[in-house]
Amino acid sequence: MDFNDTHEEAKFRKKCREWLEKNATYKDDLTPQNDDFANADKIQTAKAWQKKKYDAGWAMLHWPKEYGGIGASSMERIIWANEEAKFDVPRGIFEIGLGMCGPVMMQYATEEQKERYLPPMAEGKEIWCQLFSEPSAGSDVAGLRSKAIQDGDKWIINGQKVWTSGAHFSDFGILVVRHDPNLEKHKGMTFFFVDMKSPGIEVKPIKQITGGSSFNEVYFTDVEIPDSQRLGEIGDGWKVAITTLMNERLAVGDAGGADVEDAFRWAKTQDSLGEPLLNNKAARESIADWYCEKSGLKNTKLRTMSALSRGDTPGPEASITKIVSAGKLQDIGNFGIDSLDMAGMLKTDNHDIKGFQNAWLGAPGMRIAGGTDEILRNIIAERVLGLPQDPRADKGVAFKDIPSGNS
Amino acid sequence: MNLDFSDDQKFLQEEARKFLEKEQALNRNRSVLETDNKFDEDLWEKIVELGWTGIRIPEDYGGLGLGHLELCVIAEELGRFLAPVPYSSSVYLFTEAIINYGTDEIKKDILPKLVSGEIVGTLGVTEELHAPTKDNINLVYADGKINGKKIAVPDAGVATHAIVVAKSDKGISLQLVDLSTTGVTVEHQENIDESRGHFSISFNDVETKLLGDKVSGWELYETLINQAAVLFSYEQIGGSQASLDMAINYAKERYAFGRPIGSYQAIKHKLADMYIALTLAKSNCYYAAWALSTNAADLPSASATARVSATKAFQLCSKENIQTHGGNGFTWEYDCHMFYRRSKLLSLNIGSLSNWREKLVTSLEQSNIN
Repeated sequence: MDFNDTHEEAKFRKKCREWLEKNATYKDDLTPQNDDFANADKIQTAKAWQKKKYDAGWAMLHWPKEYGGIGASSMERIIWANEEAKFDVPRGIFEIGLGMCGPVMMQYATEEQKERYLPPMAEGKEIWCQLFSEPSAGSDVAGLRSKAIQDGDKWIINGQKVWTSGAHFSDFGILVVRHDPNLEKHKGMTFFFVDMKSPGIEVKPIKQITGGSSFNEVYFTDVEIPDSQRLGEIGDGWKVAITTLMNERLAVGDAGGADVEDAFRWAKTQDSLGEPLLNNKAARESIADWYCEKSGLKNTKLRTMSALSRGDTPGPEASITKIVSAGKLQDIGNFGIDSLDMAGMLKTDNHDIKGFQNAWLGAPGMRIAGGTDEILRNIIAERVLGLPQDPRADKGVAFKDIPSGNS
Repeated sequence: MNLDFSDDQKFLQEEARKFLEKEQALNRNRSVLETDNKFDEDLWEKIVELGWTGIRIPEDYGGLGLGHLELCVIAEELGRFLAPVPYSSSVYLFTEAIINYGTDEIKKDILPKLVSGEIVGTLGVTEELHAPTKDNINLVYADGKINGKKIAVPDAGVATHAIVVAKSDKGISLQLVDLSTTGVTVEHQENIDESRGHFSISFNDVETKLLGDKVSGWELYETLINQAAVLFSYEQIGGSQASLDMAINYAKERYAFGRPIGSYQAIKHKLADMYIALTLAKSNCYYAAWALSTNAADLPSASATARVSATKAFQLCSKENIQTHGGNGFTWEYDCHMFYRRSKLLSLNIGSLSNWREKLVTSLEQSNIN
């Protein structure tokens, strides 16, 4: 056992860090993820950062050279991500495009399309979003009802998508819709990419409980998509969507935001009935448990990296990351606010208090986005532990006959 | 970057697992639990023959001269099969104390006999029905002799020797005692996991040998259990994995309302939570194993982190394994209770969960995690 990089890894890490130190500043841990990134300034800053990375060859390390990458190994990609995560740089805007839309285009688009769309995506010039969830299709995303009707060499789309992160500033989106409700649920879907400026698309931001708006409702009214923008065969929509969702599960990691170090630092100075909060037995036990969770996740990541470093496929351990970190975020936010007693209600300029309040308000979203706590537990139980699926009311039935609760 | 065991260490683990499986260690646990035996003598002899009592003992003293990582993989397997042997008392605590604190003379005398099985050791700390601390030790050391009583000493009925924590006018010290010395009385104390006997030991003017010095015995004891905590944690994750495996198998086979209970989300989520707790604990154990094997500066926080998460994991997995088994899980006949009992024994030997949480936060204060 050892924690040292191999010689090659160390060289690569040094290269990453040197470039980052020259071009960015180290970050403060309390910066929450999923914050409101809708404002134009933030988008410009993010685009500028992505462009800078692209020009220097850091944007999409593992992509092939012809699409703007350098064909780096998984290990190098992780080393870069680890190093970049220490810096205060805007990342959220591109995560969906680069993490989910890019891989699906790489797998299903034509060569010409890849050459046209992938480099500007990597460069940050064009932003992409993912149009999957619908008002009646959340955890059960295959329950989606937006319609595609074929009309010669184009398709006419009608329906509504929801929770679409970044749709309000995206240039393109990947879209899965139902082309035939008479087929079984998973067989009647087809997958496209769409220009978000197409006539008939209307984007309405959703205000979140944090007050910010990072996602939207997207309405489709007679939107035309050329058949050449279909990804996969007609009826293969679910298969293509699953590829994307697998990439999403890899992309959604740690919840970020206030963590045990912040709770610990705060507890050292915060007064609790005349004593430092850190003298309180209950506070100490909570801090111990959060520290164990945080270390457990960190060391789980190190195990995953060890497997990659050896050239092995990592085990399923990483599937626990989001469940553990999102729950911890919520509890730590609550701990910090609670320590202020009645004054915990107040918004202040205090950096730590803001961090706790942001954690508490943002954590419910983290427990839902990219697979709810419940769906993730199902996935662990079924795919990792091998337990049988629930019996389902939607198998072997035409989609239109599946009970929806709406009729 | 390589947070993993070497191929040799993995091979050793595989061999250990095969051996304990072949020897039906779990059934042996039940036999010990159901009889007046305080351990499985036959299994212990075989373990001695395999050389496991000498893993960390240098070759000069007849041992295998291997490291802590080898001990970790053995511990995980002993935990998985609930082996009813005094391994943790004799190897993680007694042997390590002799290696770390013994004089050359003591090492020459004791270590070869630990390898051969002639000596089995244990550690006595507790005196009253509360946690021992530096300030509440009352067993007295004076003029080369000890007087007083220790309780809840695991495996003392099997052990030939013990190390006890004693006080004198100089301070706290560790004392090595041959339990066959005149003035020693060992008595069985009923406990909640009789697969590992617990005993009181009374000392009436008993001659001892000093380990370490006369003033810093408590610090030596703390260092010893900080190291041993990593090994106890490995036993705990072995037991957690076995409990989870039992629960998974039962959930797949047992039907209710026309389908396997494992297809219900109430059971799935329970088992997923067990997996999560176990994964966190296991990853923390890997790090702590590394810290132990390299004597890293952050060993106190690393071992406490492993200990707290492994204790939580085994407690959760063993209790929810019973719950998954329903009424059957509450019967003596099913094995669930043996894991439940062992989870409690392992969580109390070397100190309770709440005390390890406290040790963890104290170590964070000392190292200042920000």
